[in-house]
Amino acid sequence: MSHFESPLREPLITGSKTYKQITDDIVRGTEGSLGITWLLSTGVAGLVALFGVFCLTWTILYGIGTWGVNTTVGWAWDITNFVWWVGIGHAGTLISAILLLFRQKWRTGVNRAAEAMTIFAVVCAGLFVMLHTGRPWDVFYILPYPNTRGPLWTNFNSPLLWDVFAISTYLTVSLLFWYTGLVPDFATIRDRSKAGSIRWKIYNILSFGWVGSAKHWERFESLALILAGLATPLVLSVHTIVSFDFATSVIPGWHTTILPPYFVAGAIFSGFAMVLTLMIVARKVMNLQDYITIAHIESMNKILLLTGTMVGTAYLTELFVAWYSGSMIEQYAFANRAFGPYLWAYWIMMSCNLIFPQFFWVKKLRRNIAFTFFASIIVNIGMWFERFVIIVLSLHRDYLPSSWTDYQPTWVEVGIYVGTGGIFMTLFLLFSRFFPVVAIAEVKSILSISGNQARREQMDEVKSDEAYQDVDARLIYKID
Amino acid sequence: MSTTNKFLVGMFDDDQTLLKAVQSAKESGLKIADAFTPFPVHGLEHKLGLRATKLHTAGFVFGATGLTTAFSLMAFANAVDYPTNFGGKPYFSLPAWIPIMFELTVLFASVGMVIAFYYLCNLYPGKQPKIVDPRLTDDMFALTFDITGDNEQSSKITEFLNKEGAVEVFEKDI
Repeated sequence: MSHFESPLREPLITGSKTYKQITDDIVRGTEGSLGITWLLSTGVAGLVALFGVFCLTWTILYGIGTWGVNTTVGWAWDITNFVWWVGIGHAGTLISAILLLFRQKWRTGVNRAAEAMTIFAVVCAGLFVMLHTGRPWDVFYILPYPNTRGPLWTNFNSPLLWDVFAISTYLTVSLLFWYTGLVPDFATIRDRSKAGSIRWKIYNILSFGWVGSAKHWERFESLALILAGLATPLVLSVHTIVSFDFATSVIPGWHTTILPPYFVAGAIFSGFAMVLTLMIVARKVMNLQDYITIAHIESMNKILLLTGTMVGTAYLTELFVAWYSGSMIEQYAFANRAFGPYLWAYWIMMSCNLIFPQFFWVKKLRRNIAFTFFASIIVNIGMWFERFVIIVLSLHRDYLPSSWTDYQPTWVEVGIYVGTGGIFMTLFLLFSRFFPVVAIAEVKSILSISGNQARREQMDEVKSDEAYQDVDARLIYKID
Repeated sequence: MSTTNKFLVGMFDDDQTLLKAVQSAKESGLKIADAFTPFPVHGLEHKLGLRATKLHTAGFVFGATGLTTAFSLMAFANAVDYPTNFGGKPYFSLPAWIPIMFELTVLFASVGMVIAFYYLCNLYPGKQPKIVDPRLTDDMFALTFDITGDNEQSSKITEFLNKEGAVEVFEKDI
């Protein structure tokens, strides 16, 4: 036993697994025929994605005029969806980087899928940024390169440009982190297939010829640790910079210093909600209940409760500060949010994000899968409305009452949004079919510490210890 | 790369047995060529006496390069080459450049380190790996000993491995 862990803790891997069984359970998902369920769901997701591409093409052909945006409400569904997707993309790197630094071992069960989700979500987010510029074919203008226009460089003082750097760095680093973690697991898949077969060759290319030598593992661990250390401030910086897009402009409701922490908490909140939505389905369909246990779901629900409450506190603080500022315009902006023409959006946001997660104070509900699934969907909806409220509700009442207007999305905007959902699901389904959904090597490395069998041994050891005779028996986790 | 050496391979089914065997090998003066494990075994690199990796130093250098690149590019572009008045702010506006300087530090450090990692380990797409045994990425652990042209060592090491709890011992040309 290289490391002792209290038997009071729940095992992270249930069902008394051996190393061999872990490999079998996880790699099985990538073997055999494709299966009708997978083909059907991928087909449907693919069709939805195609419809999205159609609407996207429509926008490029006929211009932003096909959207419901106007001079007053210049940002609407495009930026709402962008911020929503980027927010969802925060859970993966948070789980794999911040929880690695905090030595939260439960992350090993969910980090792989969460990171994949991160990458796909950021890809969807990127689409909206490029599209909202109106002329996506000129999007390379945002890159600083010596050009024939002066050279007229980009404005490095602009938060919009910081965003370009933040999102592209985030995507690159998440991708590298994710792929490097996948390399040893691809080697596991390769070595299980017939040497020299096409499957062997494909997974060998993907695995970069990994063989698991001690020196390689040493470097691998060092790399993972430093990437985690780099990715941690990066995750926090990304949504901070996204919030600067709003906070540095002089729009009432946007121009506040609370926005960066509020956005980061909201991003983690929505990211974990999406991880829960996907993982609750995936663990059932792919038979991964022993690796993504109720304990994992409970841990994530605790994070939902924490971040949901942080976000809720930010909502209330905003209201208080608007009142306390004595600024009429600021006060109007918030009164308009709560009681104006879009009050339904505001109250959906409030009830989904502030009130609903409070149910998770109850342990029974935190451990209830059906309820968690329902709650995760509610949070996803609530967080979409949060961005809608921030963007549209702040813009539609201008400083000039003559330019006040309302906003209605068109089918093109709705189509692109639904389409990105299709792109996201298609990518995730492809990932779950051909890639190891759970980090095999990482799960093996915690088996001897947090596995069921290890717990049983630790328990026997502890039972004979006098100090533990006084421990309330109800506190000790019952191992099946 | 095409040279083939003859190795004696000892297969273990537990990481703790492997660690003990490495310790005893060191004590009895046997030279271990390499160890293979399906997941990172903590303390193995120390027991094998491997030099601590300098990958983090490389990461620092790459990060510093990123920081310098970001700063000098922005200073050159916005303050020297084509100074533009953005809302009356100074051309040389360092505080506003901090976000990009941070992002490029992280970007260069990460990309650089990942490239350095694959370069040092000599791993790349399409590499033909020298697989000792396919079970080593599944549930087995191995120690290899170079016995090229030294058949006397072979029986001695075999005996040692059996004593240390190896579940299987075989010779392999790699």
